[in-house]
Amino acid sequence: MDLTELTLAEIRERLRRREIAARELTEKHYRRIDRRDPEIHAYLALCPDRAYAQAEALDQKARAGEPLPPLAGLPVAVKDVILTRDVRTTAGSHILQNYVPPYDATAVARLEQAGAIILGKTNCDEFAMGSSTENSAYIATRNPHALDRVPGGSSGGSAAAVAAHLAVAALGSDTGGSIRQPAGFCGVVGLMGTYGRVSRYGLIAFASSLDHIGPFARTVRDVAAVLRVIAGRDPHDSTSADVPVPDYEAELDRPLKGMKVGVPREYFGAGLDPEVRAKVEAAIKKFGALGCELVEVSLPHTEYAIACYYIICTAEASSNLARYDGVRYGFRAPGTTELDAMYLVTRGRGFGAEVKRRIMLGTYALSAGYYEAYYLKAQKVRQLIYQDLRRAFEQVEVLVTPTSPTPAFRLGEKTADPLQMYLADIYTVTGSLAGVPGISVPCGKTQAGLPIGLQLFANHFDEVRLLQLAHAFEQAGGFTL
Amino acid sequence: MKITRKDVEYVAALAHLELSEEELIRLERELDSILGYIEQLNRLDTTQVEPMAQVLYEARVDIALRGDQVGGCLPSAEALAAAPDATDAFIKVPKVIDR
Repeated sequence: MDLTELTLAEIRERLRRREIAARELTEKHYRRIDRRDPEIHAYLALCPDRAYAQAEALDQKARAGEPLPPLAGLPVAVKDVILTRDVRTTAGSHILQNYVPPYDATAVARLEQAGAIILGKTNCDEFAMGSSTENSAYIATRNPHALDRVPGGSSGGSAAAVAAHLAVAALGSDTGGSIRQPAGFCGVVGLMGTYGRVSRYGLIAFASSLDHIGPFARTVRDVAAVLRVIAGRDPHDSTSADVPVPDYEAELDRPLKGMKVGVPREYFGAGLDPEVRAKVEAAIKKFGALGCELVEVSLPHTEYAIACYYIICTAEASSNLARYDGVRYGFRAPGTTELDAMYLVTRGRGFGAEVKRRIMLGTYALSAGYYEAYYLKAQKVRQLIYQDLRRAFEQVEVLVTPTSPTPAFRLGEKTADPLQMYLADIYTVTGSLAGVPGISVPCGKTQAGLPIGLQLFANHFDEVRLLQLAHAFEQAGGFTL
Repeated sequence: MKITRKDVEYVAALAHLELSEEELIRLERELDSILGYIEQLNRLDTTQVEPMAQVLYEARVDIALRGDQVGGCLPSAEALAAAPDATDAFIKVPKVIDR
Protein backbone atom coordinates (compact mmCIF):
# COMPACT_ATOMS: atom_id res chain seq x y z
CA MET A 1 0.00 0.00 0.00
CA ASP A 2 1.36 3.42 -0.94
CA LEU A 3 0.70 5.74 1.97
CA THR A 4 0.82 8.80 -0.26
CA GLU A 5 -2.36 7.59 -2.03
CA LEU A 6 -4.56 7.88 1.06
CA THR A 7 -7.38 10.34 1.59
CA LEU A 8 -8.00 12.09 4.90
CA ALA A 9 -10.83 9.73 5.84
CA GLU A 10 -8.56 6.71 5.26
CA ILE A 11 -5.69 8.27 7.20
CA ARG A 12 -7.91 9.06 10.16
CA GLU A 13 -9.35 5.55 10.28
CA ARG A 14 -5.98 3.82 10.00
CA LEU A 15 -4.40 6.04 12.65
CA ARG A 16 -7.28 5.33 14.98
CA ARG A 17 -6.97 1.57 14.43
CA ARG A 18 -3.20 2.00 14.77
CA GLU A 19 -2.54 0.32 11.41
CA ILE A 20 -0.22 3.18 10.51
CA ALA A 21 1.68 5.79 12.51
CA ALA A 22 1.67 9.50 11.72
CA ARG A 23 5.46 9.39 11.80
CA GLU A 24 5.57 6.72 9.08
CA LEU A 25 3.06 8.66 6.98
CA THR A 26 5.18 11.82 7.29
CA GLU A 27 8.35 9.91 6.40
CA LYS A 28 6.72 8.38 3.31
CA HIS A 29 5.75 11.83 2.10
CA TYR A 30 9.21 13.27 2.63
CA ARG A 31 10.72 10.30 0.80
CA ARG A 32 8.42 10.86 -2.12
CA ILE A 33 9.28 14.56 -2.09
CA ASP A 34 13.00 13.64 -2.20
CA ARG A 35 12.32 11.43 -5.22
CA ARG A 36 9.85 13.50 -7.23
CA ASP A 37 10.30 17.15 -6.29
CA PRO A 38 13.69 17.65 -7.97
CA GLU A 39 11.80 17.56 -11.30
CA ILE A 40 8.56 19.27 -10.18
CA HIS A 41 9.83 21.98 -7.78
CA ALA A 42 6.57 22.26 -5.86
CA TYR A 43 8.30 23.09 -2.56
CA LEU A 44 10.52 26.04 -1.66
CA ALA A 45 11.23 24.80 1.87
CA LEU A 46 10.49 21.79 4.05
CA CYS A 47 9.98 21.83 7.82
CA PRO A 48 10.62 18.24 8.95
CA ASP A 49 11.28 19.16 12.62
CA ARG A 50 7.90 20.74 12.93
CA ALA A 51 6.21 17.92 10.99
CA TYR A 52 7.76 15.11 13.02
CA ALA A 53 7.01 16.85 16.33
CA GLN A 54 3.35 17.04 15.33
CA ALA A 55 3.38 13.41 14.10
CA GLU A 56 4.94 12.26 17.39
CA ALA A 57 2.24 14.03 19.39
CA LEU A 58 -0.50 12.39 17.30
CA ASP A 59 1.04 8.93 17.64
CA GLN A 60 1.19 9.36 21.40
CA LYS A 61 -2.50 10.22 21.43
CA ALA A 62 -3.31 7.20 19.26
CA ARG A 63 -1.25 4.90 21.52
CA ALA A 64 -3.04 6.23 24.60
CA GLY A 65 -6.39 5.59 22.89
CA GLU A 66 -7.32 9.27 23.10
CA PRO A 67 -9.75 10.66 20.52
CA LEU A 68 -7.99 12.07 17.46
CA PRO A 69 -8.71 15.57 16.12
CA PRO A 70 -10.59 15.97 12.80
CA LEU A 71 -7.55 16.36 10.53
CA ALA A 72 -5.31 13.94 12.43
CA GLY A 73 -2.31 12.97 10.34
CA LEU A 74 -3.23 15.04 7.28
CA PRO A 75 0.04 15.95 5.49
CA VAL A 76 -0.36 19.53 4.27
CA ALA A 77 1.67 21.87 2.07
CA VAL A 78 1.34 25.62 2.63
CA LYS A 79 1.74 28.28 -0.04
CA ASP A 80 4.68 30.55 0.69
CA VAL A 81 2.52 33.68 1.00
CA ILE A 82 1.04 32.27 4.23
CA LEU A 83 3.04 32.88 7.40
CA THR A 84 4.52 29.98 9.36
CA ARG A 85 6.21 30.75 12.65
CA ASP A 86 9.96 30.08 12.56
CA VAL A 87 9.72 28.72 9.00
CA ARG A 88 11.06 31.01 6.28
CA THR A 89 8.26 32.63 4.25
CA THR A 90 9.31 34.40 1.06
CA ALA A 91 6.14 35.03 -0.97
CA GLY A 92 8.27 33.84 -3.89
CA SER A 93 10.14 37.15 -3.72
CA HIS A 94 13.77 38.18 -3.26
CA ILE A 95 12.62 41.04 -1.08
CA LEU A 96 11.56 38.51 1.60
CA GLN A 97 14.30 35.96 0.96
CA ASN A 98 15.38 35.80 4.62
CA TYR A 99 12.05 36.52 6.28
CA VAL A 100 11.24 34.24 9.21
CA PRO A 101 7.80 35.13 10.59
CA PRO A 102 7.32 35.43 14.36
CA TYR A 103 3.75 34.06 14.20
CA ASP A 104 1.48 31.62 12.35
CA ALA A 105 -1.35 32.56 10.03
CA THR A 106 -4.71 31.69 11.64
CA ALA A 107 -5.39 29.10 8.90
CA VAL A 108 -2.08 27.37 9.67
CA ALA A 109 -2.64 27.47 13.44
CA ARG A 110 -6.14 26.02 13.01
CA LEU A 111 -4.85 23.23 10.76
CA GLU A 112 -2.23 22.20 13.29
CA GLN A 113 -4.67 22.39 16.20
CA ALA A 114 -6.87 20.04 14.18
CA GLY A 115 -4.01 17.54 13.84
CA ALA A 116 -2.67 18.35 10.37
CA ILE A 117 1.05 17.93 9.70
CA ILE A 118 2.68 20.87 7.90
CA LEU A 119 5.31 19.41 5.54
CA GLY A 120 6.66 22.62 4.01
CA LYS A 121 6.14 25.76 1.95
CA THR A 122 5.20 25.75 -1.69
CA ASN A 123 6.36 27.81 -4.63
CA CYS A 124 4.17 30.53 -6.11
CA ASP A 125 4.27 33.56 -8.35
CA GLU A 126 5.95 36.45 -6.54
CA PHE A 127 3.41 37.94 -4.09
CA ALA A 128 0.80 35.70 -5.76
CA MET A 129 0.94 37.80 -8.93
CA GLY A 130 0.75 35.52 -11.91
CA SER A 131 -1.04 32.61 -13.55
CA SER A 132 1.80 30.15 -14.13
CA THR A 133 4.17 30.21 -11.09
CA GLU A 134 6.88 31.35 -13.53
CA ASN A 135 7.03 34.71 -11.69
CA SER A 136 8.60 33.05 -8.64
CA ALA A 137 11.97 34.66 -7.93
CA TYR A 138 13.34 31.20 -7.13
CA ILE A 139 12.30 28.52 -9.63
CA ALA A 140 9.54 27.53 -12.06
CA THR A 141 7.28 24.71 -10.85
CA ARG A 142 6.41 22.03 -13.42
CA ASN A 143 3.02 20.46 -14.02
CA PRO A 144 3.18 16.86 -12.72
CA HIS A 145 1.03 15.72 -15.67
CA ALA A 146 3.48 17.15 -18.26
CA LEU A 147 6.80 18.52 -17.10
CA ASP A 148 7.10 20.97 -20.01
CA ARG A 149 3.84 22.66 -18.92
CA VAL A 150 3.10 25.16 -16.16
CA PRO A 151 1.07 24.08 -13.11
CA GLY A 152 -0.96 27.29 -13.30
CA GLY A 153 -0.70 30.00 -10.72
CA SER A 154 -0.24 31.68 -8.56
CA SER A 155 -0.66 28.72 -6.14
CA GLY A 156 1.12 26.41 -8.61
CA GLY A 157 3.35 24.74 -6.02
CA SER A 158 0.40 23.80 -3.80
CA ALA A 159 -1.60 22.38 -6.73
CA ALA A 160 1.40 20.45 -8.07
CA ALA A 161 2.26 19.08 -4.60
CA VAL A 162 -1.25 17.64 -4.18
CA ALA A 163 -1.39 16.33 -7.77
CA ALA A 164 2.00 14.59 -7.42
CA HIS A 165 1.09 13.10 -4.00
CA LEU A 166 3.73 15.22 -2.26
CA ALA A 167 0.96 16.24 0.19
CA VAL A 168 -2.62 15.09 0.74
CA ALA A 169 -3.94 18.64 0.98
CA ALA A 170 -2.58 22.16 0.66
CA LEU A 171 -3.38 25.75 1.41
CA GLY A 172 -3.34 28.28 -1.39
CA SER A 173 -4.47 31.85 -1.84
CA ASP A 174 -6.88 33.10 -4.48
CA THR A 175 -7.22 36.74 -5.55
CA GLY A 176 -8.34 36.36 -9.18
CA GLY A 177 -8.20 32.59 -9.67
CA SER A 178 -4.94 31.56 -8.01
CA ILE A 179 -6.43 28.45 -6.37
CA ARG A 180 -9.00 27.43 -8.99
CA GLN A 181 -6.88 27.84 -12.13
CA PRO A 182 -3.90 25.75 -10.89
CA ALA A 183 -6.34 23.16 -9.47
CA GLY A 184 -7.80 22.89 -12.99
CA PHE A 185 -4.37 22.68 -14.65
CA CYS A 186 -3.13 20.03 -12.20
CA GLY A 187 -6.30 17.90 -12.01
CA VAL A 188 -7.10 18.43 -8.31
CA VAL A 189 -9.92 20.06 -6.34
CA GLY A 190 -9.41 23.69 -5.25
CA LEU A 191 -11.83 25.94 -3.41
CA MET A 192 -12.08 29.67 -2.82
CA GLY A 193 -14.68 30.33 -0.12
CA THR A 194 -16.93 33.37 0.13
CA TYR A 195 -15.04 36.62 0.76
CA GLY A 196 -14.62 36.64 4.56
CA ARG A 197 -15.24 32.88 5.02
CA VAL A 198 -11.60 32.11 5.92
CA SER A 199 -9.42 34.41 8.03
CA ARG A 200 -6.57 36.12 6.16
CA TYR A 201 -4.58 36.87 9.32
CA GLY A 202 -1.02 35.96 8.36
CA LEU A 203 -1.66 36.01 4.61
CA ILE A 204 0.83 38.33 2.90
CA ALA A 205 -1.54 40.89 1.42
CA PHE A 206 -1.83 41.38 -2.35
CA ALA A 207 -5.28 42.93 -3.00
CA SER A 208 -7.23 43.09 0.23
CA SER A 209 -10.75 43.37 -1.23
CA LEU A 210 -10.11 40.20 -3.24
CA ASP A 211 -7.66 38.01 -1.27
CA HIS A 212 -8.75 34.60 0.08
CA ILE A 213 -7.06 31.57 1.65
CA GLY A 214 -8.48 28.22 0.58
CA PRO A 215 -7.79 24.47 0.36
CA PHE A 216 -6.61 22.02 -2.31
CA ALA A 217 -7.05 18.24 -2.09
CA ARG A 218 -7.63 15.26 -4.37
CA THR A 219 -11.23 14.69 -3.26
CA VAL A 220 -14.16 16.99 -2.56
CA ARG A 221 -14.59 15.37 0.85
CA ASP A 222 -11.06 16.29 1.89
CA VAL A 223 -11.53 19.87 0.71
CA ALA A 224 -14.76 20.03 2.74
CA ALA A 225 -13.00 18.76 5.87
CA VAL A 226 -10.15 21.30 5.59
CA LEU A 227 -12.55 24.16 4.86
CA ARG A 228 -14.53 23.42 8.01
CA VAL A 229 -11.39 23.73 10.12
CA ILE A 230 -10.03 26.95 8.60
CA ALA A 231 -13.38 28.78 8.14
CA GLY A 232 -15.01 31.08 10.67
CA ARG A 233 -14.66 34.34 12.48
CA ASP A 234 -11.19 35.34 13.66
CA PRO A 235 -10.75 38.33 15.96
CA HIS A 236 -7.40 39.00 14.25
CA ASP A 237 -9.08 39.63 10.86
CA SER A 238 -11.80 42.27 10.94
CA THR A 239 -13.02 41.19 7.49
CA SER A 240 -13.61 37.59 8.56
CA ALA A 241 -17.33 36.88 8.65
CA ASP A 242 -19.29 36.07 11.78
CA VAL A 243 -21.39 33.48 9.95
CA PRO A 244 -21.82 29.94 11.34
CA VAL A 245 -19.62 27.25 9.76
CA PRO A 246 -21.61 24.16 8.74
CA ASP A 247 -20.27 20.62 8.95
CA TYR A 248 -19.53 20.56 5.22
CA GLU A 249 -18.59 16.88 5.19
CA ALA A 250 -21.86 15.84 6.81
CA GLU A 251 -23.82 17.78 4.17
CA LEU A 252 -22.08 16.21 1.16
CA ASP A 253 -24.46 13.35 0.50
CA ARG A 254 -27.73 15.26 0.54
CA PRO A 255 -29.71 14.58 -2.65
CA LEU A 256 -29.34 17.05 -5.52
CA LYS A 257 -32.80 16.46 -6.96
CA GLY A 258 -34.11 19.69 -8.45
CA MET A 259 -30.96 21.77 -7.81
CA LYS A 260 -31.04 24.61 -10.33
CA VAL A 261 -27.75 24.91 -12.18
CA GLY A 262 -27.14 27.91 -14.43
CA VAL A 263 -25.00 27.82 -17.57
CA PRO A 264 -23.80 31.37 -18.37
CA ARG A 265 -23.61 31.65 -22.15
CA GLU A 266 -20.79 34.25 -22.05
CA TYR A 267 -18.39 31.56 -20.78
CA PHE A 268 -18.75 29.39 -23.87
CA GLY A 269 -17.85 31.90 -26.59
CA ALA A 270 -14.78 32.50 -28.73
CA GLY A 271 -11.41 31.57 -27.24
CA LEU A 272 -12.61 28.42 -25.49
CA ASP A 273 -10.46 25.42 -26.45
CA PRO A 274 -12.64 22.79 -28.23
CA GLU A 275 -11.44 19.91 -26.02
CA VAL A 276 -12.19 21.94 -22.88
CA ARG A 277 -15.62 22.84 -24.25
CA ALA A 278 -16.44 19.18 -25.04
CA LYS A 279 -15.56 17.97 -21.52
CA VAL A 280 -17.34 20.82 -19.76
CA GLU A 281 -20.46 20.25 -21.87
CA ALA A 282 -20.30 16.54 -21.04
CA ALA A 283 -20.08 17.45 -17.35
CA ILE A 284 -23.12 19.69 -17.66
CA LYS A 285 -25.06 16.77 -19.23
CA LYS A 286 -24.00 14.68 -16.27
CA PHE A 287 -25.44 17.26 -13.87
CA GLY A 288 -28.73 16.85 -15.75
CA ALA A 289 -28.52 13.08 -15.31
CA LEU A 290 -27.86 13.59 -11.59
CA GLY A 291 -31.23 15.34 -11.25
CA CYS A 292 -30.21 19.00 -11.61
CA GLU A 293 -32.38 21.38 -13.57
CA LEU A 294 -30.22 23.15 -16.15
CA VAL A 295 -30.99 26.79 -16.92
CA GLU A 296 -29.27 29.03 -19.46
CA VAL A 297 -28.37 32.36 -17.85
CA SER A 298 -26.53 35.51 -18.91
CA LEU A 299 -23.79 37.46 -17.12
CA PRO A 300 -23.64 40.34 -19.60
CA HIS A 301 -20.65 42.19 -18.11
CA THR A 302 -18.31 39.18 -18.17
CA GLU A 303 -16.21 40.62 -21.00
CA TYR A 304 -15.22 43.58 -18.78
CA ALA A 305 -14.10 41.50 -15.82
CA ILE A 306 -10.39 41.24 -16.68
CA ALA A 307 -10.02 44.98 -17.32
CA CYS A 308 -11.90 45.76 -14.10
CA TYR A 309 -9.92 43.22 -12.08
CA TYR A 310 -6.49 44.38 -13.24
CA ILE A 311 -7.19 47.96 -12.17
CA ILE A 312 -8.57 47.04 -8.75
CA CYS A 313 -5.98 44.41 -7.88
CA THR A 314 -3.02 46.51 -9.01
CA ALA A 315 -4.27 49.61 -7.21
CA GLU A 316 -4.65 47.65 -3.98
CA ALA A 317 -1.29 45.94 -4.54
CA SER A 318 0.54 49.22 -5.04
CA SER A 319 -0.71 50.28 -1.63
CA ASN A 320 -0.16 46.92 0.14
CA LEU A 321 3.37 46.52 -1.20
CA ALA A 322 4.43 49.97 0.01
CA ARG A 323 5.44 48.23 3.26
CA TYR A 324 8.45 46.55 1.60
CA ASP A 325 10.92 49.36 2.08
CA GLY A 326 13.93 47.67 3.66
CA VAL A 327 13.11 48.94 7.15
CA ARG A 328 11.13 46.42 9.20
CA TYR A 329 11.75 43.13 7.41
CA GLY A 330 13.25 41.58 4.35
CA PHE A 331 15.98 42.73 2.03
CA ARG A 332 17.67 46.13 2.38
CA ALA A 333 19.95 47.27 -0.43
CA PRO A 334 23.39 47.88 1.03
CA GLY A 335 25.47 51.00 0.54
CA THR A 336 22.90 53.80 0.40
CA THR A 337 23.42 56.80 2.67
CA GLU A 338 20.00 58.47 2.39
CA LEU A 339 16.61 57.10 3.37
CA ASP A 340 14.89 57.90 0.06
CA ALA A 341 17.69 56.32 -1.92
CA MET A 342 17.47 53.24 0.30
CA TYR A 343 13.76 52.85 -0.49
CA LEU A 344 14.31 53.27 -4.23
CA VAL A 345 17.21 50.88 -4.54
CA THR A 346 15.78 48.29 -2.15
CA ARG A 347 12.48 48.10 -4.02
CA GLY A 348 14.10 48.34 -7.45
CA ARG A 349 16.34 45.35 -6.72
CA GLY A 350 14.02 43.40 -4.42
CA PHE A 351 10.94 43.12 -6.67
CA GLY A 352 10.69 41.10 -9.88
CA ALA A 353 9.35 42.28 -13.25
CA GLU A 354 5.66 41.37 -12.80
CA VAL A 355 5.46 42.89 -9.32
CA LYS A 356 7.00 46.13 -10.58
CA ARG A 357 4.60 46.15 -13.52
CA ARG A 358 1.61 45.83 -11.19
CA ILE A 359 2.89 48.40 -8.71
CA MET A 360 3.39 50.81 -11.62
CA LEU A 361 -0.04 50.11 -13.11
CA GLY A 362 -1.74 50.46 -9.72
CA THR A 363 0.16 53.60 -8.77
CA TYR A 364 -0.78 55.13 -12.13
CA ALA A 365 -4.47 54.21 -11.67
CA LEU A 366 -4.51 55.87 -8.23
CA SER A 367 -2.48 58.94 -9.17
CA ALA A 368 -3.89 62.45 -9.29
CA GLY A 369 -5.93 63.02 -12.44
CA TYR A 370 -6.41 59.32 -13.20
CA TYR A 371 -8.19 58.08 -10.06
CA GLU A 372 -11.68 58.66 -11.45
CA ALA A 373 -10.91 57.48 -14.97
CA TYR A 374 -9.44 54.19 -13.81
CA TYR A 375 -9.94 53.21 -10.16
CA LEU A 376 -13.39 54.68 -9.60
CA LYS A 377 -14.52 53.48 -13.02
CA ALA A 378 -13.33 49.95 -12.21
CA GLN A 379 -15.19 50.01 -8.86
CA LYS A 380 -18.38 50.92 -10.71
CA VAL A 381 -17.89 48.15 -13.24
CA ARG A 382 -17.26 45.81 -10.32
CA GLN A 383 -20.74 46.72 -9.08
CA LEU A 384 -22.22 45.83 -12.50
CA ILE A 385 -20.43 42.47 -12.49
CA TYR A 386 -21.67 41.79 -8.96
CA GLN A 387 -25.25 42.69 -9.96
CA ASP A 388 -25.00 40.21 -12.87
CA LEU A 389 -24.24 37.45 -10.39
CA ARG A 390 -26.92 38.57 -7.94
CA ARG A 391 -29.53 38.38 -10.66
CA ALA A 392 -28.26 34.96 -11.74
CA PHE A 393 -28.53 33.66 -8.16
CA GLU A 394 -32.17 34.74 -8.03
CA GLN A 395 -32.76 32.16 -10.77
CA VAL A 396 -30.30 29.37 -9.94
CA GLU A 397 -28.32 27.95 -7.00
CA VAL A 398 -25.07 27.13 -8.76
CA LEU A 399 -23.34 28.38 -11.92
CA VAL A 400 -21.18 26.05 -14.00
CA THR A 401 -18.34 27.21 -16.27
CA PRO A 402 -14.95 26.05 -17.51
CA THR A 403 -12.21 27.00 -15.00
CA SER A 404 -9.85 28.19 -17.77
CA PRO A 405 -10.20 28.63 -21.53
CA THR A 406 -7.33 26.19 -22.22
CA PRO A 407 -5.51 23.33 -20.48
CA ALA A 408 -2.04 23.99 -19.00
CA PHE A 409 0.17 25.93 -21.40
CA ARG A 410 3.91 25.44 -21.97
CA LEU A 411 6.56 27.11 -19.83
CA GLY A 412 7.58 30.35 -21.51
CA GLU A 413 4.52 30.39 -23.77
CA LYS A 414 2.96 33.52 -22.25
CA THR A 415 5.82 35.19 -20.39
CA ALA A 416 6.62 37.65 -23.19
CA ASP A 417 3.14 39.21 -23.21
CA PRO A 418 1.70 40.17 -19.81
CA LEU A 419 -1.76 40.80 -21.26
CA GLN A 420 -1.96 37.24 -22.65
CA MET A 421 -1.06 35.94 -19.19
CA TYR A 422 -3.80 38.10 -17.61
CA LEU A 423 -6.38 36.62 -19.98
CA ALA A 424 -5.71 33.15 -18.49
CA ASP A 425 -7.90 34.34 -15.56
CA ILE A 426 -10.86 35.25 -17.75
CA TYR A 427 -13.35 32.76 -16.22
CA THR A 428 -12.22 33.01 -12.60
CA VAL A 429 -12.10 36.76 -11.91
CA THR A 430 -15.87 37.39 -12.03
CA GLY A 431 -16.40 35.30 -8.91
CA SER A 432 -13.51 37.07 -7.19
CA LEU A 433 -14.92 40.52 -7.92
CA ALA A 434 -18.37 39.49 -6.64
CA GLY A 435 -16.96 37.75 -3.54
CA VAL A 436 -18.90 34.53 -4.18
CA PRO A 437 -17.44 31.09 -3.46
CA GLY A 438 -15.98 29.03 -6.32
CA ILE A 439 -14.54 25.55 -6.72
CA SER A 440 -12.63 23.87 -9.51
CA VAL A 441 -12.97 20.11 -9.93
CA PRO A 442 -11.39 17.88 -12.59
CA CYS A 443 -13.75 16.87 -15.43
CA GLY A 444 -11.49 14.73 -17.57
CA LYS A 445 -8.38 15.13 -19.69
CA THR A 446 -7.41 16.19 -23.19
CA GLN A 447 -6.19 13.56 -25.66
CA ALA A 448 -2.65 14.60 -24.74
CA GLY A 449 -3.42 13.77 -21.09
CA LEU A 450 -3.76 17.29 -19.68
CA PRO A 451 -6.38 17.78 -16.94
CA ILE A 452 -9.42 19.97 -17.58
CA GLY A 453 -11.09 21.94 -14.77
CA LEU A 454 -14.76 22.61 -14.25
CA GLN A 455 -15.68 25.65 -12.15
CA LEU A 456 -18.77 26.08 -9.98
CA PHE A 457 -19.94 29.31 -8.32
CA ALA A 458 -22.62 29.62 -5.63
CA ASN A 459 -24.14 32.54 -3.77
CA HIS A 460 -22.41 34.11 -0.74
CA PHE A 461 -21.88 31.58 2.07
CA ASP A 462 -23.45 28.75 0.08
CA GLU A 463 -20.29 26.62 -0.05
CA VAL A 464 -22.49 23.66 0.94
CA ARG A 465 -24.19 23.58 -2.45
CA LEU A 466 -20.90 23.88 -4.32
CA LEU A 467 -19.47 20.98 -2.40
CA GLN A 468 -22.63 18.85 -2.75
CA LEU A 469 -22.72 19.22 -6.51
CA ALA A 470 -18.96 18.73 -6.87
CA HIS A 471 -19.12 15.63 -4.64
CA ALA A 472 -22.06 14.09 -6.52
CA PHE A 473 -20.20 14.70 -9.79
CA GLU A 474 -17.04 13.06 -8.41
CA GLN A 475 -19.01 10.07 -7.06
CA ALA A 476 -20.68 9.60 -10.45
CA GLY A 477 -17.23 9.28 -12.06
CA GLY A 478 -17.20 12.83 -13.38
CA PHE A 479 -13.54 13.46 -12.53
CA THR A 480 -12.60 10.87 -15.17
CA LEU A 481 -15.07 11.96 -17.91
CA MET B 1 -4.23 57.90 -24.19
CA LYS B 2 -0.57 57.29 -24.95
CA ILE B 3 1.74 56.54 -22.03
CA THR B 4 4.97 58.51 -22.30
CA ARG B 5 8.43 58.11 -20.88
CA LYS B 6 7.68 61.05 -18.59
CA ASP B 7 4.59 59.27 -17.18
CA VAL B 8 6.65 56.17 -16.42
CA GLU B 9 9.35 58.15 -14.64
CA TYR B 10 6.77 60.13 -12.64
CA VAL B 11 4.91 56.99 -11.50
CA ALA B 12 8.15 55.15 -10.67
CA ALA B 13 9.09 58.04 -8.38
CA LEU B 14 5.67 57.94 -6.68
CA ALA B 15 6.06 54.18 -6.18
CA HIS B 16 9.64 54.45 -4.88
CA LEU B 17 10.98 52.14 -7.57
CA GLU B 18 14.40 52.57 -9.11
CA LEU B 19 14.14 51.31 -12.67
CA SER B 20 16.89 50.60 -15.20
CA GLU B 21 16.87 52.15 -18.66
CA GLU B 22 15.75 48.83 -20.09
CA GLU B 23 12.87 48.60 -17.58
CA LEU B 24 11.74 52.15 -18.36
CA ILE B 25 11.54 51.35 -22.07
CA ARG B 26 9.72 48.06 -21.51
CA LEU B 27 7.26 49.48 -18.99
CA GLU B 28 6.36 52.36 -21.28
CA ARG B 29 5.35 49.83 -23.95
CA GLU B 30 3.63 47.42 -21.55
CA LEU B 31 1.65 49.99 -19.56
CA ASP B 32 0.47 51.51 -22.81
CA SER B 33 -0.72 48.14 -24.09
CA ILE B 34 -2.44 47.13 -20.79
CA LEU B 35 -4.11 50.52 -20.31
CA GLY B 36 -5.21 50.36 -23.95
CA TYR B 37 -7.00 47.10 -23.13
CA ILE B 38 -8.51 48.66 -20.00
CA GLU B 39 -9.96 51.52 -22.10
CA GLN B 40 -12.83 49.17 -22.98
CA LEU B 41 -14.38 49.97 -19.57
CA ASN B 42 -15.31 53.35 -21.07
CA ARG B 43 -17.83 51.64 -23.36
CA LEU B 44 -20.02 51.23 -20.27
CA ASP B 45 -22.17 54.09 -19.01
CA THR B 46 -21.70 54.03 -15.24
CA THR B 47 -23.03 57.47 -14.29
CA GLN B 48 -25.85 55.94 -12.20
CA VAL B 49 -23.75 53.13 -10.68
CA GLU B 50 -22.58 53.05 -7.05
CA PRO B 51 -18.87 52.15 -6.81
CA MET B 52 -18.18 48.88 -5.00
CA ALA B 53 -15.14 49.04 -2.74
CA GLN B 54 -15.70 45.88 -0.74
CA VAL B 55 -17.91 42.82 -0.79
CA LEU B 56 -20.61 43.36 1.78
CA TYR B 57 -22.39 40.63 3.65
CA GLU B 58 -25.05 40.62 6.35
CA ALA B 59 -23.09 41.23 9.52
CA ARG B 60 -23.48 43.05 12.77
CA VAL B 61 -22.39 46.64 12.29
CA ASP B 62 -19.97 46.40 15.21
CA ILE B 63 -18.28 43.26 13.94
CA ALA B 64 -15.07 45.04 13.02
CA LEU B 65 -14.78 46.67 16.43
CA ARG B 66 -13.34 45.20 19.59
CA GLY B 67 -13.06 46.36 23.14
CA ASP B 68 -10.20 48.74 23.90
CA GLN B 69 -8.34 46.27 26.09
CA VAL B 70 -4.70 45.46 26.63
CA GLY B 71 -3.88 42.10 25.08
CA GLY B 72 -0.84 39.95 24.44
CA CYS B 73 1.72 41.04 21.89
CA LEU B 74 5.09 39.91 20.60
CA PRO B 75 8.14 40.71 22.76
CA SER B 76 10.05 43.53 21.04
CA ALA B 77 13.12 41.36 20.39
CA GLU B 78 10.94 38.93 18.39
CA ALA B 79 9.09 41.68 16.60
CA LEU B 80 12.38 43.32 15.57
CA ALA B 81 14.18 40.09 14.68
CA ALA B 82 13.24 40.36 11.01
CA ALA B 83 14.50 43.92 10.57
CA PRO B 84 17.68 44.14 8.48
CA ASP B 85 19.36 46.50 10.96
CA ALA B 86 18.02 46.71 14.51
CA THR B 87 19.13 47.04 18.12
CA ASP B 88 17.10 45.73 21.09
CA ALA B 89 14.51 48.46 20.83
CA PHE B 90 15.13 50.40 17.62
CA ILE B 91 15.38 49.93 13.89
CA LYS B 92 18.29 51.76 12.26
CA VAL B 93 17.83 53.55 8.93
CA PRO B 94 20.06 55.92 6.96
CA LYS B 95 20.10 59.51 8.13
CA VAL B 96 16.85 61.44 7.51
CA ILE B 97 17.65 64.89 8.91
CA ASP B 98 20.78 66.87 8.15
CA ARG B 99 22.11 68.92 11.03
